[in-house]
Amino acid sequence: MSDVLATIQVNRAFGDVVEGEAVMSEEGFSPRYDLDRWTGVISKPGHKLEGTQIKDKICFFPTAKGGIAAGWAYYDIKCKGIAPRALVFGVTNPVMVQGAVFANMTITEGWSQRPHDVIKTGDWVRVDPNRRVIELLRRSKAG
Amino acid sequence: MQLTAEEQAMLRGDQGIAVKEAIEYLIKVGKFWDAERLVPVTNVHMMGDIEVMGDGGLKWLECTAQKKARCAVNVSTNARSFDFNFVERLQQDKGEAAKEKKLIGLLQQMNVATTDTCINYQTIYQPHLGERVAWGDTGTVIYANSVFGARSNFESGPAAFAAGLTQRVPAYGFQLDEHRKGTFTVRLDADLDDLADWGAIGKLIGEPNQSYFQVPVFHGLKRTPHADELKHLGAALASYGSMGMFHMVGVTPEAPTLEAALGGNHPHTEMTITNADLQRLYRGYDLHDGKCDLIVFSGPQLSLWEIKSLSERFDGKKVHPGTQVFVTSSNGVLSAARKLGYVQKLEAADVTLMEGVCFYILQNLSQMRQRSGWTNMISNSAKIVNIIGAHRFNTILRRTQECVDIAVSGIIR
Repeated sequence: MSDVLATIQVNRAFGDVVEGEAVMSEEGFSPRYDLDRWTGVISKPGHKLEGTQIKDKICFFPTAKGGIAAGWAYYDIKCKGIAPRALVFGVTNPVMVQGAVFANMTITEGWSQRPHDVIKTGDWVRVDPNRRVIELLRRSKAG
Repeated sequence: MQLTAEEQAMLRGDQGIAVKEAIEYLIKVGKFWDAERLVPVTNVHMMGDIEVMGDGGLKWLECTAQKKARCAVNVSTNARSFDFNFVERLQQDKGEAAKEKKLIGLLQQMNVATTDTCINYQTIYQPHLGERVAWGDTGTVIYANSVFGARSNFESGPAAFAAGLTQRVPAYGFQLDEHRKGTFTVRLDADLDDLADWGAIGKLIGEPNQSYFQVPVFHGLKRTPHADELKHLGAALASYGSMGMFHMVGVTPEAPTLEAALGGNHPHTEMTITNADLQRLYRGYDLHDGKCDLIVFSGPQLSLWEIKSLSERFDGKKVHPGTQVFVTSSNGVLSAARKLGYVQKLEAADVTLMEGVCFYILQNLSQMRQRSGWTNMISNSAKIVNIIGAHRFNTILRRTQECVDIAVSGIIR
């Protein structure tokens, strides 16, 4: 097992233990408002992650946006092979949880410290819902 | 989680595999939110269209139907992505249209009434104070919680469908008293004489307070709002703020007074909305290339009164050549509007009316935008102005009469 460089506690969690590359967002997220659900690229003009691919990523979002659609959308993008590995929210809403559970996708809410202060996009992280922790395992070489 | 004997029987599979899987799913969702029990619901409104479900969702639905799933409570459906009369004209994918038809058939087979409307609260079912329901989309939920005083969380497609099969939802969020209290106050010190103004409030309040558990308490309004105004307010709050409930003092049932609405909470913020705030908001939209070839009245679908108002505004006029105007509503509303002559007036003005859909979820919308050369989308709905972004429209909110004037003149300011 890799050394853990930093640990963040989360308040609520569901899903399997997953590892992947972090994508850090300063803006909230909705898979229907913001995402091109055929490519996995955030496509809403002006979104702070516009142009970012989220396939296989561990996505950190401060908030969830509107949208009942997430309930089906995560299952849909998982079937299309373009789903992220985990969704890490500061504050989420029921739809994100219902959608993630339906798609058996890892999801967490709440954080003991602002992850953006310790994790950068491209860093390798692990999300462990059972232990309710997010662990920083490797810094991005680009960083 | 504490389960009743009946719920334990469902979990054992006594009512079939589909019910067993549904209750297992509800329990997982409930556990995330620390729900201590499930509670019964009397009505379900679910989103299920091919645009959002995709092939994976359709296949899941087929498998569920094969398990002899049958909803045990009245279930209606939200707007969908096809009006089958427009597949050719909008050059939508015929294969996807066939899948949408298949999907509708599967839902009907499982005892779902495919009403295809996002304004079920105006047209299909009005729950009473304290009644527990399982509704989605978000606009229906915030209306149920706020205006009717009913109880629902945002219940997305799979969650609402599971509620339909089991007659249960997990008890968390707006099912519980503690989350229904106001958390901050908003003084309405503006004229608010158009539906767009009500949606604009939703943007001004929702964006800086983005959280499902924020409950604004509006006060200071100098008149009684009507249902369509509350509908646009709620839809925009839910869209921009992910909010599921608001209070309006003297208007909504859980807000006889400001104190009652707050229920002992100390408001963390006290905001005021003025005419100047609204003017600033309208001025803030980038007119981009100045093209005004797409005007949309949709999201939520229009009520009979909204269609009547539009038919009067377009009466005797013609949409500017090269500009397209779309209106969407439900079968029930459009049938009545046709009987009353409103539809004919709008059609005479070259306005396109579509049934059972919402514009922003139309199948192939991105391709439609590119093919039609649409860049700007102008609407009096703050909600659709927010949510259509993923299709890369530049969106502009304008008051209803301005939208009509733009449609007729082809000039935007």
